[in-house]
Amino acid sequence: MITYIMCFILFLVGFYGVITRRNLVKIAVSLSIMEISTFLFFALIGYVDGGAAPIVDPADPVKTYVDPLPQAMVLTAIVIGLATTSMMMAIIIRLYRKYGTFDIREIKNLKG
Amino acid sequence: MNPLLPLFVITPLVAAFLIMIIGRFVSGFNKVFTSLILLFLACISFYFLFTTGENIYVYKVGGWESVNNIPIGIYMVMDGFTAIVVCIINLIGFLSAFYSISYIKRYTAENYFYALFCLMIAGMNGVVISGDLFNIFVFLEISVISAYALVAFGVEKNELEASFKYQVLGCLASFLILFGIGLIYWKAKTLNIADIKTAFSNGYDKTYYLFVQILILSGFGLKAAIIPFHAWLPDAHSSAPSPISAMLSGVLIKAVGIYVIIRLFFNMFVVSESFSVLITTLGTLSMVIGVFLAIGQWDIKRLLAYHSISQMGYVVLSVGIGMILIARGTRPEVATLAIAGGLFHLINHAAFKGLLFLNACAIEYTIGTRNLKEMGGLAKYMPATSATSFVASMSISGIPPFNGFFSKLIIIVAAVMGRFYFLAALAVIVSIITLASFLKFQRYAFYDKPDFKRGKIKEVPFPMIFSMIVLSVICLILSLLVIPGVREAILTPAVNILTDPLKYATTIIGQ
Repeated sequence: MITYIMCFILFLVGFYGVITRRNLVKIAVSLSIMEISTFLFFALIGYVDGGAAPIVDPADPVKTYVDPLPQAMVLTAIVIGLATTSMMMAIIIRLYRKYGTFDIREIKNLKG
Repeated sequence: MNPLLPLFVITPLVAAFLIMIIGRFVSGFNKVFTSLILLFLACISFYFLFTTGENIYVYKVGGWESVNNIPIGIYMVMDGFTAIVVCIINLIGFLSAFYSISYIKRYTAENYFYALFCLMIAGMNGVVISGDLFNIFVFLEISVISAYALVAFGVEKNELEASFKYQVLGCLASFLILFGIGLIYWKAKTLNIADIKTAFSNGYDKTYYLFVQILILSGFGLKAAIIPFHAWLPDAHSSAPSPISAMLSGVLIKAVGIYVIIRLFFNMFVVSESFSVLITTLGTLSMVIGVFLAIGQWDIKRLLAYHSISQMGYVVLSVGIGMILIARGTRPEVATLAIAGGLFHLINHAAFKGLLFLNACAIEYTIGTRNLKEMGGLAKYMPATSATSFVASMSISGIPPFNGFFSKLIIIVAAVMGRFYFLAALAVIVSIITLASFLKFQRYAFYDKPDFKRGKIKEVPFPMIFSMIVLSVICLILSLLVIPGVREAILTPAVNILTDPLKYATTIIGQ
C-alpha cells in the first residue's frame, strides 16, 4: 500500500510544481513528474506478488504471471507523453524567442 | 462486425500522411484532398445516422472475438448517440476545411495545416467511436495534441501564450483521466466500457467509486471547459485560425468533453443522486457565469468563446436533470425529455457556433480587426455574411423559428416538468442576456455607422460564402428535429441508449 501512496505523493509534488513555479521550463518539468507518477502507478497495478514475466511457458501451466496489459498501456502512454512534452518544449522555445524571458509573469498579453 | 466503422479513423489518418508527402510536389492537393475525404466521411456518417436506429454495431479490431462473453479485443461501437456526434464532427469538419481554402492563403505551411486538421478529425472520430476506455485516452491525445499545434499556428505572441496555457491545463486533464483509468482497471480488470459496467454491477467500494468518478469528471470537465475549469478556453479559441476556432468550439469540446462525460456517466457508472446534483450544479454555473463573462467582451472571437461555455452549460444542465430523475427512479418520461433536449442543443450548438466563428473569420478576413468598436456598417458591403450571422445570432439567442429556440424550449419545459423551477427561470434569463449580447454584436458589426466610408471592401470569396450559407440552412433545417416523426428517427435512439441502464452493456457483451 505504501508504494501506491508514494506514487500519489509524487503526483501531488508535480501538481505543486505546476501551481507554484514561475519558470516555463520548470512547469514543463513538473508536468513530466506528474506524468511519471501516473506511469509508475500503472506499472504497480499490474504487479502480482511472485509473478514472472508474462511470456507463456508451456511446460508449467499453473505458473503465476504479472499482468501484461498495464505494461502495454504504459508503453503507449509514454509515447504519448513524449509527444506532449516535445510539443510543449517547442512552444516554450518559440515563447522565449518572442518574449525574451521564461518568466510566466511577463507573459500576459491575453486577459479578460 | 461492421466493416465501415474503422474508416472513420483510418481515412483521415492516411489523408494526413498523404498530404505531407504528395502535397509537397502537387500544389493544391492538400485542399482538394482534405475536403473530399471529409465529404466522404460526412456521407458515411449520414448513412449511419439514418440506418443505425436502435441497433448497436460493433467492430472488433484485429478480429479478436470475446472469450466466455468477456471482450478481449478493442471494440469500436456505433449506436444512435455516436452516430449523431460523428455526423456533427465530419459535417462541420468538411465545411471548415472547404472554408479554409481561401482563408488559409494568409498563412504559410498549408500542408501542415491540413495534415494537423486531418489528425484532429481522426482523433475526434476515434474518441467518439471507441468502446474502450484506454483507446478513448489515446485518441483524445491525438486530437488535443493537434489542437495545441493548431492553436499556436500563427506563432505570434498571443497564439503561443494561448497554446501554452491550453497545454498545461490539457496535460493536467490527461493525467487525471489516465489516473482514473488506472484506478478503474485496478478494480474492474477490464477496459471495455460495457464490461466495466457489468464488473461494477457486482458490487463495489463506495468511496473508491466516488473518487474515480470525481477524477474522470474533472479530467473530461477540463477538456470540455465546464466553469471551474474554463480558464484556457477563451484564449485558445480566440487565438486559433478562425476555421479551427469553429472546429474547436463547435466540435472538439463536445466530442472529447461532453460526449465522453455523457457516455461514461450514463453507460458505465451508476450515478448516485448527489453526484448528479453536482453535475447539474456545474452545468448551471457554466450557463450563468459564462454569459456574464461574455457580455463585456469587445473582441468578437472572445465573446463567442465565452458563449460556448454558457451554451455547453445548457447541455450539461439538462443532461444533469435527466441524471437526477434517473437516479431518483421517478418520472422517466421527464428524464427522457430532458436528455433529448440536451442532445438536441448539442447538435444545434455545433451548427450555430460553427457558423458564428466562420462569420467572425469573414469579418476579420475583410477588415483585419476583431474589435467590435472598430467595425460598423458592414451589412451594406457584406450581405451574405450579414444575413448568415443574423440567422446564427437569432438561433443562439433562441428566437423562433430557428433551431436554438426549440432546443431551449425543450430544456426549459423539461426543467419545469421535473419541478426544477429555479433552473428553468435561470435558463430563460440567460437566454435573454444572450440575446442582448448578440444584438450588441449585430449592431456594432453590421448596422452601426451606416455612412461610414470604407475603402475597397467586398464580400468574401465563394468557398467562404458557400460554407456559411450551408450552415445557416442547416440551422433552419435542424428545427425540423422537433417534428415527432423525425425526432423519433434520430433523437429517440440516442436517448434510449442513454436512459436504459443495461441495453448498452448487454448488447455489446452479447455480440
